[in-house]
Amino acid sequence: MGTIIDIAFQSLAYASVLYLISVGLSVTLGLMGFVNLAHGVFAMAGGYLAAVAVTGAGLPWPAMLVLSPLLVAAFAALLERALFSRLYGRSELDQVLFCIGLIFVASAVTRLLFGPMLRPMPLPPALSQQMQLGPFSFYAYKLLVIGVGGLTAAAILLGLERTRIGSMVRAAVENRGMAESVGLRTSVLFTATFAFGGALGALGGMLGADLFGLNPAYAFDVLVYVQIVVAVAGLGTLRGSFLAALLIGAVQTLSAYYVPALGTAVLFLAVFLLLLVRPRGLFGRL
Amino acid sequence: MTQGGFRDALRRKHRFRPVETLPAVALLAVPLLGTDYYALGTQVAISVVFALSLDLLVGYAGIVTLGHALFFGLGAYATGIASVHGWGEPLSGLLLGTAVAAASGAVLGVIVLRTAKFTLLMLTLSAVFLAGEVANKASWLTGGVDGLVGVSTWPLLGRFEFDLFGQVGYAYASAVLVLVWLGMRWLVHAPFGQSVMAIRDNPGRAAAIGVPVLARLVLVYAVSAGLAGLAGGLQAEINQFVGLKDIGFELSATVLVMLALGGAGRLYGAIIGPVAYQVAQDLLSKDNPVLWQLWLGVLIVVVVLFAPGGILGIADRITGKAARRTARRMRPQVRT
Repeated sequence: MGTIIDIAFQSLAYASVLYLISVGLSVTLGLMGFVNLAHGVFAMAGGYLAAVAVTGAGLPWPAMLVLSPLLVAAFAALLERALFSRLYGRSELDQVLFCIGLIFVASAVTRLLFGPMLRPMPLPPALSQQMQLGPFSFYAYKLLVIGVGGLTAAAILLGLERTRIGSMVRAAVENRGMAESVGLRTSVLFTATFAFGGALGALGGMLGADLFGLNPAYAFDVLVYVQIVVAVAGLGTLRGSFLAALLIGAVQTLSAYYVPALGTAVLFLAVFLLLLVRPRGLFGRL
Repeated sequence: MTQGGFRDALRRKHRFRPVETLPAVALLAVPLLGTDYYALGTQVAISVVFALSLDLLVGYAGIVTLGHALFFGLGAYATGIASVHGWGEPLSGLLLGTAVAAASGAVLGVIVLRTAKFTLLMLTLSAVFLAGEVANKASWLTGGVDGLVGVSTWPLLGRFEFDLFGQVGYAYASAVLVLVWLGMRWLVHAPFGQSVMAIRDNPGRAAAIGVPVLARLVLVYAVSAGLAGLAGGLQAEINQFVGLKDIGFELSATVLVMLALGGAGRLYGAIIGPVAYQVAQDLLSKDNPVLWQLWLGVLIVVVVLFAPGGILGIADRITGKAARRTARRMRPQVRT
């Protein structure tokens, strides 16, 4: 019983981080049809910003939980306007290459600034302790990660369904031409959602720093997992990415517990088979 | 146009130009630089074979893949493992690597080519990660993270021992490269290559004029995989080592970058790209590999944004062929 709870707990924490990092990508892909392999760069930026601010400038960790996504959002908006927007509608090869180039630049700059070593992320003492809940004990930090992930997912789902901006996004995903002809300025919408996705990526990158290990190859390390979440969920669905993240978190944690000899092979095999049976992902419509 | 005139026009389009002998001249020039350059020359020759195989897929067939190192690695491991278990004859080893990779390419092609775009990209990505993890965990066969040690290649043709300076290795790699290059040149100018390009430009129309689209794409995938395996086998035999990075995602990305630098979709783009990449890397990254990565990244971004045709695209523009090419590209392309 204890093991099952533990596995579920670990899976949830893992899934929350995956969800936060990948949800922005899912939106960009749905809106612009752009395969942003470089999305992990925002996660890396968020993680490093937080780590440097906490250790270097002595800012409190909770403050960075807000500050770091805001800064990265501005950075993402800038990048979208200056570079990404030029590549919408270009060939797949160009988009893929562009992203690889961007990852190279990001990881080289990170290595030049902060060195090649794994960067520790100091946590407030209140978070780095075990919490007793009945007969079970949980790592407080992971509880927070799950909380943030769950709240974000709920907020996004509600926001998409209930707010004006949400319906604008849905309209643009559904039919970009139609949305434009009824007066939506989709290019502004693109920049805004791109920045929002970057912010969530930064949040996920910061929270996932101890999961993936903050190092200059962070963007490369998370790339494949994030892409998998989007592919499994399917394009143009945001609800799907939450469930896909859960599923992948569960597969990854379960296989690490029971068949560690196979490593990540289980996950990649599962994804491969799933995409064969359902090329559009579990919930994709596009 | 009369039938004879049409035939002549085709002949002119596919005829052998004097400038096409330049790669062979470059291969012959390396020994003049002295023994120091054999290792680099060999590595470049292997990369060119690998890039040519990718060009067939990405440039000519329009299938973008992030997992081509899978086949390079399969070829390398097949050749290397055979050598560890007592069969180090180079030519048959190469053949083995090629065959294993081509067979896997055919199987994988049948499976993944039914999908397109993002899903195809993800499938190739998952496949290469899966293969990398299998190679990592099956250490009884592959040596795992330590790599495959104990590869020993017998003398070439039973006479030429692979020497310390890499002279024999270089000659061997160059010979293979020339053969692959001639084969590829023949292939892309043959009706087979033309039909593949027709599929790339418009699959619907290609199907309508009777091209068996899926079967042909699978064949291209298998040929391309086989050539990648050949490159892998070649590297395993000459370096006498196979490691996890030979079957990883980063190698897939690197070869894609090399190809794009030269110019995808053209034979000589796949030759000039790896040459430029590796010579530049050799010159620039000795002192500071991080700066090399930075400038490489910047260069890729700049190439994509401002010179999508790569080095050969720029050369075209300078020599004024650009007008004709854009005219061809401006023709409406309906994708289904």
